[in-house]
Amino acid sequence: MLKISNLHVTIAGETILNGLDLEIAAGEVHAIMGPNGSGKSTLAAVLSGREGYEVTEGSIEYFGEDLTALEPEERAWRGVFLAFQYPVEIPGVTNMEFLRASVDALRAHRGEAATSAVDFMKLARATCKQVGLDTDFLKRGVNEGFSGGEKKRNELLQMLLLEPKLAVLDETDSGLDIDALGVVADGVNTLRSAERAIILITHYQRLLNHIVPDRVHVLSGGRIIRSGGKELALELEEKGYGWLTEAAA
Amino acid sequence: MSETANQKRDVDGDTAIDRHLEREYEAGWVTDIESDTLPPGLDEDVVRFISAKKNEPEWMTEWRLEAYRHWLTMDHPKWAHVHYPKIDFNSISYFSAPRSQEDRPKSLDEVDPELLRTYEKLGIPLHEQEMLAGVAVDAVFDSVSVATTFRSKLAESGVIFCSISEALQDYPELVRKYMGSIVPYRDNYFAALNSAVFSDGSFVYIPEGVRCPMELSTYFRINAENTGQFERTLIIAEEGSHVSYLEGCTAPQRDENQLHAAVVELVAHKNAKIKYSTVQNWYPGDSEGRGGIYNFVTKRGLCAGERSHISWTQVETGSAITWKYPSVILRGDDSVGEFYSVALARGRQQADTGTKMIHLGKNTRSTIISKGISAVRAENSYRGLVRISPSADGARNFTQCDSLLIGDRCGAHTFPYIESRNPTATVEHEATTSKVSDDQLFLCRQRGLDPEKAVSMIVNGFCKDVFRELPMEFAVEAGKLLEISLEGAVG
Ligand SMILES: Nc1ncnc2c1ncn2[C@@H]1O[C@H](COP(=O)(O)OP(=O)(O)O)[C@@H](O)[C@H]1O
Ligand SMILES: [Mg+2]
Repeated sequence: MLKISNLHVTIAGETILNGLDLEIAAGEVHAIMGPNGSGKSTLAAVLSGREGYEVTEGSIEYFGEDLTALEPEERAWRGVFLAFQYPVEIPGVTNMEFLRASVDALRAHRGEAATSAVDFMKLARATCKQVGLDTDFLKRGVNEGFSGGEKKRNELLQMLLLEPKLAVLDETDSGLDIDALGVVADGVNTLRSAERAIILITHYQRLLNHIVPDRVHVLSGGRIIRSGGKELALELEEKGYGWLTEAAA
Repeated sequence: MSETANQKRDVDGDTAIDRHLEREYEAGWVTDIESDTLPPGLDEDVVRFISAKKNEPEWMTEWRLEAYRHWLTMDHPKWAHVHYPKIDFNSISYFSAPRSQEDRPKSLDEVDPELLRTYEKLGIPLHEQEMLAGVAVDAVFDSVSVATTFRSKLAESGVIFCSISEALQDYPELVRKYMGSIVPYRDNYFAALNSAVFSDGSFVYIPEGVRCPMELSTYFRINAENTGQFERTLIIAEEGSHVSYLEGCTAPQRDENQLHAAVVELVAHKNAKIKYSTVQNWYPGDSEGRGGIYNFVTKRGLCAGERSHISWTQVETGSAITWKYPSVILRGDDSVGEFYSVALARGRQQADTGTKMIHLGKNTRSTIISKGISAVRAENSYRGLVRISPSADGARNFTQCDSLLIGDRCGAHTFPYIESRNPTATVEHEATTSKVSDDQLFLCRQRGLDPEKAVSMIVNGFCKDVFRELPMEFAVEAGKLLEISLEGAVG
């Protein structure tokens, strides 16, 4: 489904990703771990098409298509979803209208009719409950005045409603209490299916107790320096990154 | 554009034209003056000519002349944050009959395609597009039946809604009592000019205790066409009455008169409420700003009685230059003044708008919510005055003034003036300037919205507090209008 080969990315002339290779098949969940500043969010940004990131070498293939040639919304239409590390506020635009506009935009590009207001309302409310948000959050501005944890739950809400094919969660578990962590895990597990791939960017083994990944990768210095099974996360928890980054240097 | 506002091409062409001619006659056109259009230029004879054409009472003619003489002593205002070439007032014709068929575009093919695209997006029917663009067609008239039904319903409740010209014939004493009482011709340069040469406009009178049974829209006024560049509106709400008045239309209107200088006067007596909503979308000019309308408007309301209430809501998206400060004089104790404004300027547009709240009575309250949006290379200024006079014990004002920038080359400016001469008054002012951020835009796009949809959604969110104040159908249209106005503003 996703094949990243020898990816080099610069921001303002500075190389951030430096020969990254990663392949993910449908149905898989991959965890990406790594020290701060190693380029994890950069990878998420490049996958979702954020401006300001230049791919200087390498390629990203998504269902055989060159992902880098597509605009951010075109990627979204094809099922690419990013749960942001730092969700931004959009004052005055209610969560409800935002969600519905998004869902309808994606449906339109699949040739499906727009949702009915009533059906969508029901679905949105049910999903709110699923992620542990009061339905009042649908009436509030997008992330407007939400706490850190509420913003993360809101990202999950969006993910569940948009039903992406490739979901990238950038530290969605950071700063969450145990209950919220369970919600994130449940959300991801709900989504997990044979047609979907999920990339979990995380610092914590504790999330991986709830979501068992197929592969775990360590990103450091802009490339993947070690890959393994779920045991790798346990090992990292115990030893930190030092032993790997030193070996790679 | 509402359903009922649809213009009808009359199948029965001849009789329709007859009716149209009759209507012109009723409106006070006199036949004993030969010419229908004056050559450019302004002097006392021109003022007299206009007044005579309209068969006005002598006091009206005199008042116009006084205004004209006063105007001659005044200077063009320079304080607004707008730039335009000096207007040559002698190059303007101050009286013209409805445009002759020959002067008009022969068909929509001759009209600015940009304008047509916008009409299409707003879903305006073809025949209505022709009317708005001023195309010469056989007979495009107000739907007479709609207007008639409308009028008879109003008449049942005693509401008067007609053109100023008609009011001068039918209710001269009412007009005489109020015209110029709120906006005297001495008020400012453009008010003086308007008072001298006003072409036509609306007159509304709501009798004591009457709640106007429907929203009054300029769209329904007979003779709505060709009120010209110097429009004058007068609304009087007697004790305990209510009225909601809608001015304008979301469809961009073209007019070959570049200068528009309107005057609007509102009077609310004890316990009366006037809600005045405007959607202004005059032609802003082409991408270089050529051909756009200069819109210099003086709007003022007097809360004359206790607990009276005047509310101005405006959505300003058109015109090359907008210069407009709807104001409220809060004279009655416990009276309330409100100003809710969205002003969008894009391309080369310049908007200088705001309000004045003059607190005279005790415990008077005013609220100002202003949302300014600047895109591309536009300049948008908010200019507001809150004056609390010594007599206004316990007066309160709250002002919130937000600016939103789209792009790096546009500007937003805020000029709040607060004059408080009463220590018991409270005046609060909040101001913010924000940009449509890359992060917001990216979030929207990541969720599948194209950039234009994303910007319009963000901007609509920014304007929510004002749109909430608009009558329902206007609010929906205003949202759509912003979306269309912002096209091409990103990327
Ligand atoms: N917009 C930017 N401009 C310049 N440098 C950036 C920018 N964004 C990220 N970086 C740098 O790129 C590196 C990787 O950042 P990031 O991908 O956010 O790391 P991670 O998510 O793994 O903590 C860091 O050194 C960071 O400072
Ligand atoms: Mg990060």
